[in-house]
Amino acid sequence: MNTWHKLKWPIIALALVLLFNFIFSSGFFQVEIKNGRLYGSLIDILHRAAPVMLISLGMTLVIATGGIDLSVGSVMAIAGAVAALLLTKTEQPVAMVIIISLAVSFLFGVWNGTLVGLFGITPIVATLILMVSGRGIAQLLTDGQIVTFDNSAFEFIGRGALLGLPFTIWLVLFTFILLTVFTKKTAVGLFIEATGDNEKASAYAGVNTNVVKMLVYAICSLLAGLAGLIVATDIKAADANNAGQWIELDAILAVVIGGTALTGGRFFFAGSLLGATLIQALTTTILTRGVPVQWTLVVKALVIIAVCLLQSETFRRFILPRWKKVTV
Amino acid sequence: MNLRVLKRNIPFAATAVVCVLLYVFGAVQFYDENFFSLRVFINFFYDNAFLGIAAIGMTFVILSGGIDLSVGGVVGLVSVLLAILMENHGAPPVIAIPLVLLLGAGLGTVMGVFVHYFALPAFLVTLAGMFFARGMALVLQYESVPITKHVDSINSTLSLPLGSGLQLPSSALIYLGAFVLALWLAHFTRFGRNVYAVGGNEQSATLMGLPVARTRVGVYTLSGFCAALAGVTYSLYTSSGNPNAGMGLELDAIAAAVIGGTLLSGGVGYLAGTFVGVLIFGIIQTTIIFQGTLSSWWTKIVVGGLLLLFILLQKGIQAKKLRPKN
Repeated sequence: MNTWHKLKWPIIALALVLLFNFIFSSGFFQVEIKNGRLYGSLIDILHRAAPVMLISLGMTLVIATGGIDLSVGSVMAIAGAVAALLLTKTEQPVAMVIIISLAVSFLFGVWNGTLVGLFGITPIVATLILMVSGRGIAQLLTDGQIVTFDNSAFEFIGRGALLGLPFTIWLVLFTFILLTVFTKKTAVGLFIEATGDNEKASAYAGVNTNVVKMLVYAICSLLAGLAGLIVATDIKAADANNAGQWIELDAILAVVIGGTALTGGRFFFAGSLLGATLIQALTTTILTRGVPVQWTLVVKALVIIAVCLLQSETFRRFILPRWKKVTV
Repeated sequence: MNLRVLKRNIPFAATAVVCVLLYVFGAVQFYDENFFSLRVFINFFYDNAFLGIAAIGMTFVILSGGIDLSVGGVVGLVSVLLAILMENHGAPPVIAIPLVLLLGAGLGTVMGVFVHYFALPAFLVTLAGMFFARGMALVLQYESVPITKHVDSINSTLSLPLGSGLQLPSSALIYLGAFVLALWLAHFTRFGRNVYAVGGNEQSATLMGLPVARTRVGVYTLSGFCAALAGVTYSLYTSSGNPNAGMGLELDAIAAAVIGGTLLSGGVGYLAGTFVGVLIFGIIQTTIIFQGTLSSWWTKIVVGGLLLLFILLQKGIQAKKLRPKN
């Protein structure tokens, strides 16, 4: 099964959404240059999708090991809260603020990894613990207030531009390349896929599956923290209550649309990025068409079911009895 | 008594002990504020009735080895529909309430069919169900509206006077009634035994000739029904139709079931445990309110901590048994 086969459906879906906009929304494909920076719906889609893209990259690795991470939204809230507090209450340089908040997120990932890897707790439950209590921790840090800050150097993360493109897009691209090199050019990617395919066999073959799990949850949390910083700089504040709400579901959806199976095994970073773009493209389309924003949830629901059905072997055989012969 | 049976009951026993300890702690700490009174005790059920009802359905789903993330969304949808039917269309409650309950059950059936017949992951199907229900609720009505008709009369008809000016409010009564019915369903009917069998080992259940398909679809139908009932209870409790009702309820329901000793791998657990789990939620909330200086988000941290404690306990017990094949 090659990569194209896996990426076929998300690419077709994205093309359909774009085609729809090409026909019905005038100016959707217009890209203007203002102050040396590109503006337009297409750029905006990528920029808005950046937090989900970053998290979906990490989530891809977690799902590849057969796990799931529900705590990413809470980790985002915590990272934003930590950064906002450091910026307002201390005199730390911006670099230290970023490093500390990312380190905190990383440690929460190690915690998740310990629960899943070392204690063997079901991933849904293990990360549910941090999902429930993490938001409480973030609220506690910010004292239930929305902590606003004003620091142009820090705000560059979510609002800055580099070579004409929003910095967030560069962040996603950089993370994507780094993770691809890390997993495809070293044995780590193989270990991750092996763990997801057959944990017991991998362990017998000498793969330290516990360390592999620890690693993927830590990476996922780290990226969630980065996404948290983006969201915080976007609104110039840490909102412990709303930052990252529901984002775990979008990230998981992006990964599944991208062709990585929830049961683990092979993973596709490019697919997850496509999935995240598709979700945001749908949302933006709905908004620019003037359809009430609440329809996005209904549309998302239908997309999930459609993608799941298309990927389901049983369903294909149900509608086309000889489908299996055709594809294999 | 058989040692195996004893061991299986350790998580439930631990939950019960923690529940009693928390209650005694609250009663001693806030003795002067009347923490230890029937009024406060009734409130444990009154304030968390819709969580309890949703948790009942969730327990069945988890026992069968699945998961249902749609319950919060269904609560929102039902709440809005009830408001629209009764307020805008003047439907009498005897028509409106059964109608929304039927709708919840129907949604559950559809999800169950997707999960069973197309072998889709329950996590994703019910996630789609959650988006769909919540989205439809927001589409139908973007903001919370008060329900003025019928609610007061239903609440007063359904409440049970307990003497000395106290009464069991309608939502608590619905919760307790639903719980008793669920106990009967789980432990005294064929359906209940099938749920345990399917969750314990689906292959064995199939080979034994048990109706796996009917059981699995039935479990999601039941959960959808419970979620709808929770939505009705919520509307009665708040006298409003709120599209955002039950935000995050699914996770609280899962937490209550897990704290109550139900294993997420399916096949092991008790409804009574879930009942105690919901009670623990109520006690923690009330303790934090009585304490006064602690903010309400401590509830989340304490619940998270308890969740961790009980899961580690379950793991400790499981590790001693032969690990079942996943």
